[in-house]
Order: sequence, then C-alpha cells, then structure tokens
Amino acid sequence: MPARPTLLKILDAVAILMLGVATYFALVKAPTELVMGQVQRVFYFHIGTAWTALLGFLFASVLSVIYLITKNLKWDRYQVAAIEVSLVFFLITIMLGSIWAYPAWNTWWTWDPRLTTAAITELVYIAYFMLRQGIDDPDRRARFGAVYALLGGISAPITFFAIRLYRTIHPVVIAGTNPKAEGSFSMTPDMLNAMFVALIAFSVIFIDLYWNRIRLGHLQDKVEQLKLKVMM
Amino acid sequence: MTADRTNPLSSRSLPEGDERERVRFRASSGNFIKAVSAVLWKDVQAEFRSRELFSAMLVFSLLIILIFNFALELDIRTRQSVTSGVLWATFAFAGTLGLNRSMAIEKDRGCIDGLLLAPVDRSAIYFGKVLSNLVFMLIVEAVVLPVYSVLYNINLFQPGLLIVILLGSIGYVAVGTLLAAMSVQTRMRDILLPILLFPVAIPVLLAAVKASGGILAGVPYEEIQFPINLLIAYDLIFIAVAFMTFENIVEE
Repeated sequence: MPARPTLLKILDAVAILMLGVATYFALVKAPTELVMGQVQRVFYFHIGTAWTALLGFLFASVLSVIYLITKNLKWDRYQVAAIEVSLVFFLITIMLGSIWAYPAWNTWWTWDPRLTTAAITELVYIAYFMLRQGIDDPDRRARFGAVYALLGGISAPITFFAIRLYRTIHPVVIAGTNPKAEGSFSMTPDMLNAMFVALIAFSVIFIDLYWNRIRLGHLQDKVEQLKLKVMM
Repeated sequence: MTADRTNPLSSRSLPEGDERERVRFRASSGNFIKAVSAVLWKDVQAEFRSRELFSAMLVFSLLIILIFNFALELDIRTRQSVTSGVLWATFAFAGTLGLNRSMAIEKDRGCIDGLLLAPVDRSAIYFGKVLSNLVFMLIVEAVVLPVYSVLYNINLFQPGLLIVILLGSIGYVAVGTLLAAMSVQTRMRDILLPILLFPVAIPVLLAAVKASGGILAGVPYEEIQFPINLLIAYDLIFIAVAFMTFENIVEE
C-alpha cells in the first residue's frame, strides 16, 4: 500500500482548518438568537452533519445499484465507507438536536416525524452492519449489503411520509412554515453565513473521512488476503 | 453466463428464428405461472401435512393478545383506541415467525438447492414463497379476527378493515420474504430477521395501523385515503424492488 497521496494530506489539513472556521462562525461570528439564546448555536453543526449524512445515505443507495449491476467489489467498499461515515454523522445530528430540544421543547426526545424517521434510519443502517457481520463470503456480503442498503434507502423517505400521518413540531427553518412548529426563527445574514460555512465545512470533512475510510477498506481487504495466503 | 443458466436448453431442440422466440416466450410465461403455483402448492401441502407452522403462529398470536390484554389493561375505553395497534403488532410478530420458518425449512433440508436447480426464473420462486407466506398469514389473521371480536366484543368484520389487512399483509410479506431469504444465509439466522425487517417495514405498519384505526372509529373515507394510498404504493414499490433483487439473494 502506497503512503497517503499528497492530495489526501492536503484535504486532511483543509478539513481540520474548516472545522475550526466553522466553529468560529457558529460560536463567535453568528449573533445570539433572541428567544432561545446561546443554545441555538447548535443549529449550525446540526444542519451541517444532517445534510452530509443524508446525502451520504442517498449516495450509498446509488452505489448499491451500481454494485448490483457491475458486481465489482470496488463499489461495495465505496458503499460501506459511505454508510459508515454517514451513520456517525447522523448520530451526531440526532445528539445535537437533542441538546437543542431540551431547552427549546423541554424534552430530550419526542416522537415527531423527523425525529422518528431519523431514529429508524439509524436503526436500518445499524441492521445493515449486523447483516454484514454475519456473512463470511465477501461476494455474498456485498450482494446482501447492497440489496439491504437499497431497501433501506427506499423505505426511509416513505417512513417520513407515513409518520406525517401523525403531528409534527419540528421547525422548518429553510423554505417552509409550519404553524405548529415550536422553536422556529428567521435568520439574519450573519446566521446564514455561519450556516453556509458549516455546510461547506462538514461537506469537506465528510469527503476527507470518506476518502480515508475507503483507503482503510483497501487495507482490510489486503490483510484478509494475506491471512488467507498464510493459511494455505 | 446468467442468461444461459436459467435456460440451459435454449439453443437446442427448438425451431429457428421468430418461431423459436415465440415458442420460448409462450413456454416461459406459462412456465412462470406454473412454477409460482408449484412452489405455493408445495408449501401449502407440506404445511397441511405437518401443521407445525400454522399452529405455532396461531398459538403465538393468541398469546400476544393475552399479553397485550394485561399489559395495556384493555378495558372498554382504551380498547377503542388501541385495537388496531394490538392487531398489527400481533400480525407483525406472528408474521416474522412464519417468514423465518418458511425459509429455514428450505435451507435445513437442502430444498433450496433443488428449487434453484429447477430451470425456471428465480423470481418465480420468490413469488411462490410470497404467496405461500401470504396464505399462512391470512389464515392466521382469519382466525385471530373472530377470536378478538368475541373476546373484546368489537365487530372486526368490516369490508374496509379486511382490505386494509390484505394490503398490509401483502407489503409485509413481500419485504419479509426477501429479507428472510437473506437472514437464513447468515450466521445469526432467525435472530436477524426482525432486526432487518422491522425498520424497513415501519411505513407499512404505520399506515396500516392508521387506516385500521380510522375504519374502526368510523371516520369518512377521505380521512383514511392517504394511509390506504400509502399502503398500495408501498406494496407496489417493494414488490418491484424485491422482484429485481431476489436473484442476487439466492445466487450461489
């Protein structure tokens, strides 16, 4: 395995830098929200991680279709990496949301459509990893994983609509008004700036982690092959 | 490679050109229905002889209702609002039992290899399995409904409710059969099925609970139209996805 490519080294540095910049914008540059106060600052990272995680899950569904057509294990590695990084990002989203929800809604958790969909999506992809762990044959593991990731990717949006049958209190900050929403706010230009900086920062961090995870996948495969060689 | 395996005799002993295409098409579409009904018939007959699965599912369902009775204290007021939830939780749990069993017997006794060797489209095996699972689930539901009606003095035999139960069961079984075929081939086997199935089947259960609850409460049709449409959409989408991906699950 060659050493880390220069571009990846640069990306690592940029990702760390962006995290610092985003933190500065969220904690210092953005004004304090009038009603909710300091806790509203959680919002910038909340939306940054949510955005990248959801794109990552979507991307993984596309990769499973590509794998099922081409049957090239390369796509499977890309898919696992995407789901793994997205799973962690989405967990961070949920936890940050919870931190915000306690002062805003006076509860850590509520069975609102978005929260419920988020929890179920996490569970789908945790099940995905349990499924993969139970299979030894790499080809079969890849095939089953791709099919399950596809099913999960399709069912998540349907779940969201299904839970709309029940009521929602989650604020829709961007494009949309929900009269029942609690904790909504309108953004000043400085807040918008902080949000976009967070979106870009987390996209860069996601790509960086994703790239590193793909390299790790390659190394894992190598180790597995070497072990097989020794056993022969 | 894949095309040849499904029909190894395709290039031999058939007429040339257009005639050959026509014969093959007629043969395959006829074969497909025949193969589906053969798989269905095999399962129904095996079950009719042993009655293992049916009795297990039925007793299990009644026990779940019993547990709910005490856990939720189903008195006359709570009963109105939770009946549809209790029914669907019962169907979902009993359904998992049936789905697991129907794939486990294929795997344990090596029947699945025989099925896969048959020169028919793989999706015919899938649809046969879906139908047999659906039949077992519907039979269990057909017994649970009157028992529940008698125990709790609620009339559950309303045409709307029966249609919702049919739609919900189709969606549940369509995904469940695919995932059961997956889970029996893993190390954890039957433990894995509910973990894989429940998060993916949540939409179908939510929509079914909402629609059944609406029908039992006697709300106008417009109010439950959305969950019913959702059920139909879910059924169609997941049957299509399972149809396209089943080949990947049983491929060796």
